[in-house]
Amino acid sequence: MLNIKNLHASVDGAEILRGIDLEIGAGEVHAIMGPNGSGKSTLANVIAGRDGYEITAGEVRYDGHDLSSLSPEERAREGLFLAFQYPVEIPGVSNVYLLKAAVNALRKHRGEPELDAMDFLALVKDKMKLVEMKEELIYRAVNEGFSGGEKKRNEILQMAVLEPRLAILDETDSGLDIDALKIVADGVNSLRSPERSFIVVTHYQRLLNYIVPDYVHVLANGRIVKSGGRELAQELEERGYAWLEPGAGAAQANTGGASS
Amino acid sequence: MSAVLNPDLYAGDFRRLENSLPGRDAPWLGRLRRDALAWFLDRGLPGPRDEAWKYTDVKPLAKHGLRPAPTPEGAGTLGEASLRPHLMGDAYRLVFIDGRLDAALSEVGQTPRGVTVSALAPALDERPDALEGVLGRHAAPDANGFAALNTALFADGAYVRIGRGVELDRPIHLVYLSTGAGGEDGTTAHVRNVIVAESGSRAVLIESYGAGGEAAAYASNVITEVVVEDNAQLEHYKLQREAERAFHVAGLHIHQGRDSRYTGHNVAIGSRLARNDLHAVLDAEGAQCHLNGLNLTHGRQHVDNHLVVDHRRPHGTSRQWYKGVLDGRSRTVFSGRVVVAPDAQHTDAEQRNNNLLLSEHAEADSRPQLEIYADDVKCSHGATVGQLDDDALFYLRSRAIDAELARNLLVYAFASDILERMGLRPVHDQLQEQITGRLLGARSLEEVL
Repeated sequence: MLNIKNLHASVDGAEILRGIDLEIGAGEVHAIMGPNGSGKSTLANVIAGRDGYEITAGEVRYDGHDLSSLSPEERAREGLFLAFQYPVEIPGVSNVYLLKAAVNALRKHRGEPELDAMDFLALVKDKMKLVEMKEELIYRAVNEGFSGGEKKRNEILQMAVLEPRLAILDETDSGLDIDALKIVADGVNSLRSPERSFIVVTHYQRLLNYIVPDYVHVLANGRIVKSGGRELAQELEERGYAWLEPGAGAAQANTGGASS
Repeated sequence: MSAVLNPDLYAGDFRRLENSLPGRDAPWLGRLRRDALAWFLDRGLPGPRDEAWKYTDVKPLAKHGLRPAPTPEGAGTLGEASLRPHLMGDAYRLVFIDGRLDAALSEVGQTPRGVTVSALAPALDERPDALEGVLGRHAAPDANGFAALNTALFADGAYVRIGRGVELDRPIHLVYLSTGAGGEDGTTAHVRNVIVAESGSRAVLIESYGAGGEAAAYASNVITEVVVEDNAQLEHYKLQREAERAFHVAGLHIHQGRDSRYTGHNVAIGSRLARNDLHAVLDAEGAQCHLNGLNLTHGRQHVDNHLVVDHRRPHGTSRQWYKGVLDGRSRTVFSGRVVVAPDAQHTDAEQRNNNLLLSEHAEADSRPQLEIYADDVKCSHGATVGQLDDDALFYLRSRAIDAELARNLLVYAFASDILERMGLRPVHDQLQEQITGRLLGARSLEEVL
């Protein structure tokens, strides 16, 4: 579904990603872990198409199509979804407007008629149960005055309503207490299916206790320095990232052997 | 006197029209007019060295000349079709064409006891005494050249009086339309309004300014005097949608009594150059004055709002919440001054001016000022000039919303809190339509709203 080859990307002229190779098949859940500044969020934003994130070499293909030629909204219409690390507050635009505009943009793209107000509300209320969100929140301005947990749940609600084929969760666990983390994870798990893939970007192993990945990749200094199964996350929890950090030079080359 | 103004022309206008101007039998008004004319002939329009006019070049106005229609009959006429876009539901309505009452388009009907909604001219002719002590008392004729010229030459306007304790059942709607007839630059409507809300009364007043056609060239030079007596409440909307070749200059002078409440909503969408001078005097304890403003400008439009709120007595509250959305090469000026007199303890005053620039060529100048002579007050001010938030834009686009709609949603969102404060639904809805109509891709925005 997603093929990333030798991806180099810069932000404001500074190279952050230095040759990423990654393949994600339908229905798979991949965790991307790594220390702060390793390029995890940059990778998420490059895939989503954020302005200012420039691909300098390599490519990202989604269903065989080069993603770099698509605008962020076109990517979303093709089934890509980014759950933001820091969901944006938009005073004056209500949650329900945003969801309606988004749903209808997707439906229009697929040649389907727009949902009427009743069907749309029924859909949203149904999905809100997934993330145990209070109904009043959908009538409030997007994320305005929401707690950290409410913002992250709102991201998952949007994901549930938009039903993407590839969802990228960018540090969705950051700032969540354990109860909120479970709710968010349950919401994500209920959306797992053989057709839907996930990239779960996280700094901590904790989230992966609840969203169990098929593959774990460790990003350091803009490269994937190690890939493995779900047990790799546990190992990182115990040993930290230092043993994988480049700059330890020789360590980077040797760790694979040392840890296996 | 600016070089381009020729005093003889204005002296001639006055001589020619003097006998047709309303209130000619009232000696006090004759003196007021002649003194104002003399002041204008001596001083002319404000110049660039005048601090209050620093950011607004009056040369185009001087060049236009602000001459009234040459005959008392006025310049032109308009039909109902021109009025329709301005209609605001059920209201006591007066319609002025080129500054003169159009009885056929007006619809006042029966007003409740104690309520006057009429044109100013007949009121001045029939019972000028009722207006002595109000007209010219709050708007000083020598405030500037525009006020002086208006005082000398005004031909009509509205006279509204809400009697003691009356809660008016419908809004009063004053519609001012210009034809652009009378030469290349059109003529100038010198409009004078007198609004009195007597003690304990409540009313809603709407002023709409527009033109018969978008291509019309003309000028409006308006002075409005508003008295809100003790415990009275007035909600006042001004919707300025003049044609984009037109000039709009207006002075609004508000005098407030004890525990009175004045709420103003000042919207500027039209004209090539607009200047509003608003002066509110909170002259008794516990007066509240809320001033909301919204400018939507594009092209080479220039809108200058010059506000002064005078807190003279204790326990007054004032709010200035002005926002502007600027596109193209448009330019806006916000100059908001709050003056707190030594006697005005416990004043609570806030000024906010926020501007959104949609183009790198647009320019917003913001000058919030506090002048505080009392020691126990709560006053704050703030101003921002910014662009659309890239993070918010990307957030919306990542939710499949196209870039144009995302931008429009954010612009609408920026202006929406000013709109939401407008309690009168027809005004709110008409403006929402105006705003979405002004934004590109308005269709897609309407689908969402």
